[in-house]
Amino acid sequence: MAELVNMGVSEKKATRDGFGNGVLELFEKNSNVVAVSADLSESTKLNLLSEKFSNRLFEVGVAEANMVGIASGLSIAGKIPFASTFCVFCPGRCYDQLRVTVGYGNLNVKLGSTHGGITVGADGASHQGLEDIALMRVLPNFTVLVPCDAVEAKKATIASAKIKGPVYLRFGRDKVPVITSEETHFEIGKALVFKEGSDVAIIACGIMVYEALAAAKKLQSEGIDAAVINLHTIKPIDEQLIIKFAKKTGAIVTAEEHQLHGGMGSAVLEVLGQEFPVPVKMVGIKDVFGESGSPAELMKKYGLTSEDIVKAVKEVLELKK
Amino acid sequence: MKSVQELKKTANQLRIDVVEMLAEAGSGHPGGSLSSAEIVTALYFDVMKHKPENPNWEGRDYFIMSKGHSVPVQYAAMARSGYFPVEELMTLRKLNSRLQGHPSRANLPGIETSTGSLGQGLSVAVGISLGLKLDKKQNRIYCLMGDGEQDEGQIWEAAMAAAHFKLDNLCGIVDANGLQIDGFTKDVMNIEPLAKKYDSFGWNVLEIKGNNMEEVLTAFEKAKTAKEKPTVIIAHTIKGKGVSFMENKAGWHGRAPTKEEAKIAVAELEKNG
Repeated sequence: MAELVNMGVSEKKATRDGFGNGVLELFEKNSNVVAVSADLSESTKLNLLSEKFSNRLFEVGVAEANMVGIASGLSIAGKIPFASTFCVFCPGRCYDQLRVTVGYGNLNVKLGSTHGGITVGADGASHQGLEDIALMRVLPNFTVLVPCDAVEAKKATIASAKIKGPVYLRFGRDKVPVITSEETHFEIGKALVFKEGSDVAIIACGIMVYEALAAAKKLQSEGIDAAVINLHTIKPIDEQLIIKFAKKTGAIVTAEEHQLHGGMGSAVLEVLGQEFPVPVKMVGIKDVFGESGSPAELMKKYGLTSEDIVKAVKEVLELKK
Repeated sequence: MKSVQELKKTANQLRIDVVEMLAEAGSGHPGGSLSSAEIVTALYFDVMKHKPENPNWEGRDYFIMSKGHSVPVQYAAMARSGYFPVEELMTLRKLNSRLQGHPSRANLPGIETSTGSLGQGLSVAVGISLGLKLDKKQNRIYCLMGDGEQDEGQIWEAAMAAAHFKLDNLCGIVDANGLQIDGFTKDVMNIEPLAKKYDSFGWNVLEIKGNNMEEVLTAFEKAKTAKEKPTVIIAHTIKGKGVSFMENKAGWHGRAPTKEEAKIAVAELEKNG
């Protein structure tokens, strides 16, 4: 089981901060790492590079398709480029470029997509990326990562530069609890067991991992022993671990800050349906657009809290009977 | 180095290859391959530094076929310059071939980037150019676009960026054959005045007769002398050039000749070559 800290939650940080720090560390260590920004470097945290590394940070203006193309060209010239903008714009605005140039070309391009999910908040639905996991995981060659906190986000960013090929990383805007430590293991493709359990397994990614842990705690007090799995790599998915917990617990709940259709939960269902079918309940956005509001209000209204996970667990346990 | 006369012959050979490849494949886009034969010949057999036996040679100049449907003429140039056996040209568009219907980087060494969805190549060229400049390398980047392709907004995002970054190692070429799938470019979406557009975007603009080998070669030499500006060569060409029944006909954008039509076309090309 992975080593967890801070379940008392002393510290909150946005996963995009982990991204910025990860890229900064890569810049310091490897002069081949470059970055491309589309007029949002303060928000995406690429601005951390501007002081020391302005020559390797390319600002291309409000032109996301061009950003992806330029990052692609930089990779062809032997660089390791990180392109970053909001989740709604990349993949949203440049899907064709991601498909033909980056994916089909199997280029060594890393996409740091910030402001994923409904917790973008007050900017409203136009800015809340809720479909990117679905879009990105169906493109061959792509690795898809959704880290759970700022510490893991930094590790995922650094790990993405160490593998060859296109990587999509999803980060959030809002400050969320830091639940892992420097010592917590991170390996692309290897899901982490954050809590053992025998009655049900909650598989979550991104900020929903914390909600899952909170749900498991509540369930414990009611005598339900729930496992919590951090599925930070949506693709390639850790089939082995998912099947292991399906066999062990016989019931699965998935939780993601994303549309239910096609997202992480769907990816889990694809594994379970073919390998070891067990009852599943899914927590996520139910085929609607978001709206303006505070992150906490939106999480509640759109059914993404630990309470919603608790409810789903109870429902799935009914199905298991 | 080939003489101009030899280069003209090579361009004619590439046209014959294109017609025969497409007839064998039974599908494909002859018009834009035939219109750009001089441009592609000049690049592969005179202008570009490259090593066919080592496609990833670090000192190479980069060629990007942004209008991916015209890749048959690139395949022909690659085969004729030694990237792969000429016989392989006849595998175009067939199952298990490295010669995909549109350029695929993963399939064929020497294809720098996958294209086929228009408008993406110039951005990639800008990225390569920036990467090379960062390393203070002298390699040049050539990006062949269509005139219909100029409709794509991303072209103008890239055009802005290339001038902004002062990419004088970058040379775009517009194969201005005046036709796109739905008809004449001026009727489908008028892109004129194209030269003024690029000029106002901050590019060095050269306008030439793109089926005239001397003019093509001169333009590429001029492009090399541009300082702190990218160059675009607007090459006015004839779609379907060299095959009289294909010339200036939108219908020959995306339809392959039958074996019989190919025989007539090749006979004409051989006679005039």
